[in-house]
Amino acid sequence: MRAAFIRTLTEIAEADARVVLLTGDLGFSVMEPFAEKFPERFFNVGVAEQNMVGMATGLAEAGLVPFVYSIITFASLRAYEFIRNGPVHHRLPVRIVGIGGGFEYGHAGLTHYGLEDLGVMRLQPGLTVVAPADHQQAANALRATWNLPNPIFYRMGKDDAAFVPGLDGRFALGRMEMVREGSDLVIVTIGAIASEAVAAAEILAGQGVNCTVAVVSSFNPSPSDDLAALLGKFRKVMTVEVHYENGGVGSWVAEVIAERGLACQLVRCAVPRTPSGMSAPQNIMENAFGLSREALANTALSHL
Amino acid sequence: MSPQAIRKIILEQSHSAHVGHIGCSLSVTDILCSLYGGVLRVEASDDPERDRFVLSKGHAALALYAVLALKGLIPLEQTGTYCSGQTLLGVHPEHDLPGVDFCTGSLGMGLSMATGAALAARLQKSPRRVWTLLSDAECDEGSTWEAVMFAGHHRLSNLTAIIDFNGQQAFGYTRDVLDQSTMADRWRAFGWAVEEVDGHDVAAMTAALERPRDVAPRVLIAHTVFGKGVSFMERQIKWHYYPMSAEQYAQAMKEIGATP
Repeated sequence: MRAAFIRTLTEIAEADARVVLLTGDLGFSVMEPFAEKFPERFFNVGVAEQNMVGMATGLAEAGLVPFVYSIITFASLRAYEFIRNGPVHHRLPVRIVGIGGGFEYGHAGLTHYGLEDLGVMRLQPGLTVVAPADHQQAANALRATWNLPNPIFYRMGKDDAAFVPGLDGRFALGRMEMVREGSDLVIVTIGAIASEAVAAAEILAGQGVNCTVAVVSSFNPSPSDDLAALLGKFRKVMTVEVHYENGGVGSWVAEVIAERGLACQLVRCAVPRTPSGMSAPQNIMENAFGLSREALANTALSHL
Repeated sequence: MSPQAIRKIILEQSHSAHVGHIGCSLSVTDILCSLYGGVLRVEASDDPERDRFVLSKGHAALALYAVLALKGLIPLEQTGTYCSGQTLLGVHPEHDLPGVDFCTGSLGMGLSMATGAALAARLQKSPRRVWTLLSDAECDEGSTWEAVMFAGHHRLSNLTAIIDFNGQQAFGYTRDVLDQSTMADRWRAFGWAVEEVDGHDVAAMTAALERPRDVAPRVLIAHTVFGKGVSFMERQIKWHYYPMSAEQYAQAMKEIGATP
C-alpha cells in the first residue's frame, strides 16, 4: 500500500502545488519518486515526529496540505498530543500517514506493532481515519479523501502485491464494502487482514458455512448505518482485525449493536494482550493470535 | 497601546473572573506591547498575508487578549467575558478567537507550529514573518529543541522566537529545577542568531526586533521579572496560581497607577 500511496500522492502533487510531504526519517526505497520529483516540497525533518506534526499544523494554517509520514506507532502515538492540539483542535487538513498496521513490522518487535492506532485515532472528534485493505483500495481512498477540509489519519500497510478478492479497489468514505455474501455468519474486518478474513470465508464455504464479509475502511464518518442494516440480518458477527481488542473495529461494532439495540452476538478476533517476547515474521505473529485463515475459520465454526 | 493599559486589563479581568495566571501575563506584558505596538504586520486577523504570532506559553493568554483588544482586533468589551463560560477567552487561547493564529496551552508545541508557519511563508514566497513567544521553562520540553534544530538547519530567517526569561516555572525557580543559564549558548549552538535584551524595555525590544534580518532564525532572550509591576507578585511562585482578593486587587491597581 505504501508504494501505491506514494505513487498516487505524486500524481496528486503534480496537479496541486499545496501538497507537501514530510517524513520522520523513514521511507527508504518508498519515498524517492516524490522526493525526486518535488524536492522543494519534500522534507526529511529528522527523527522528530512531534515537531513534524507541529510544523504540519503551521503549514496547513497557511493553506498547504501537508502529509506527515512515519512508522505507524511513531506517527500516531509519539506525536499524539501534537495531533490533538494541532490539526484536530484547529480543524486543519493535516494528513498523518502511519505505515504498517498490526504486525507488519514482524521482526522489529513490540515498539513497531500498530495495535492501538485505530482506537486512539478514531476517538478524536473530527479526525477521519482511513484504513485501506489493499493497495488498490489505498490508491482510491487517497484520491477520494486527500482534499477533505479536516485532518485525516491513514493506516497504510506495507504490502503492495496482495489484494482482497471481491473488493476491486472500491472505497467510499463512511461506507462499508461487501466483498462476499452469505447468510450463516457475517465477518466485519479492517485493514490488510481482510484478505485472510476472505480466505477464512472460503474455507468455511468448503464446509457448507456461507459468510458475508464486509470491509470497513473509514471511521469519522463511520459506516454505522451500513453496519446496523447488515447486522439486522444476522445472529452472529465476527470481527477480524490486527489491533488490540479494545478500540478498533470490534469495539465499534459493539457500540453499534448496543446503541441500535440489535440482537446480534459479537465475537472479536483481535490481539488480547501485549505481544511480549515473541518477535517474529508477520504471519507467525498473526497465527499466534488466532488471526490466520484456518484459525479464523475454526473460531467461526466454534461459535455457530 | 501602553504597558500600563495592558496591565490594567490583566488585573481587571483576572480579578473579575477570580482566576490566576496573573504573574506570567505581567511578565510578558512589555514584550507583547513591543510586538503589537508596531512590529507585527497584522492589520486584519483574516488577512492571509499577515504576520503570524504563536503564544507558545499559552498560559499568558490574558496579556494577549489585552493587546488584541487595544489594537482593535477584538472588541474591548470582549475582554470582560474572560473565563465566563460562554467565551473564546479562556486561560489558554483558542484559535477561533480572531487574532489568535494558533491555540496553545500545552508547552513545547508553539515553536513547531511557528516553524511550520515560517516554512510555509518560504514555500509560498511570501514576505510575511513569524513570531513566537516561549517561556524559559518551556525549553525543558524536548520538542522545543526538535523545532530549534529544524529552523536552524533550514535557516528560517523569517522566524523570530522570544523567550520570556523570568527564571521561574510552575513549581520552582529554573535555577533549582533545570538550570537555564546557558540558554543563549544553546540556541547559538543550533545555528540561531541570539540577542539578549531587557524584557521590560519596550523601545529596546522594538529596536532589536526591527533590526535587519540575518540569514538565520533569531531568538531574543528577554530578561523579565515574573509579576512585573505588582510588588507582592514579583518573583513569587504562588502568583502563577492565585487569584487576587479585593484588597490585593486595589493594591495592585494602585501600584500600576490605574484606577479600579
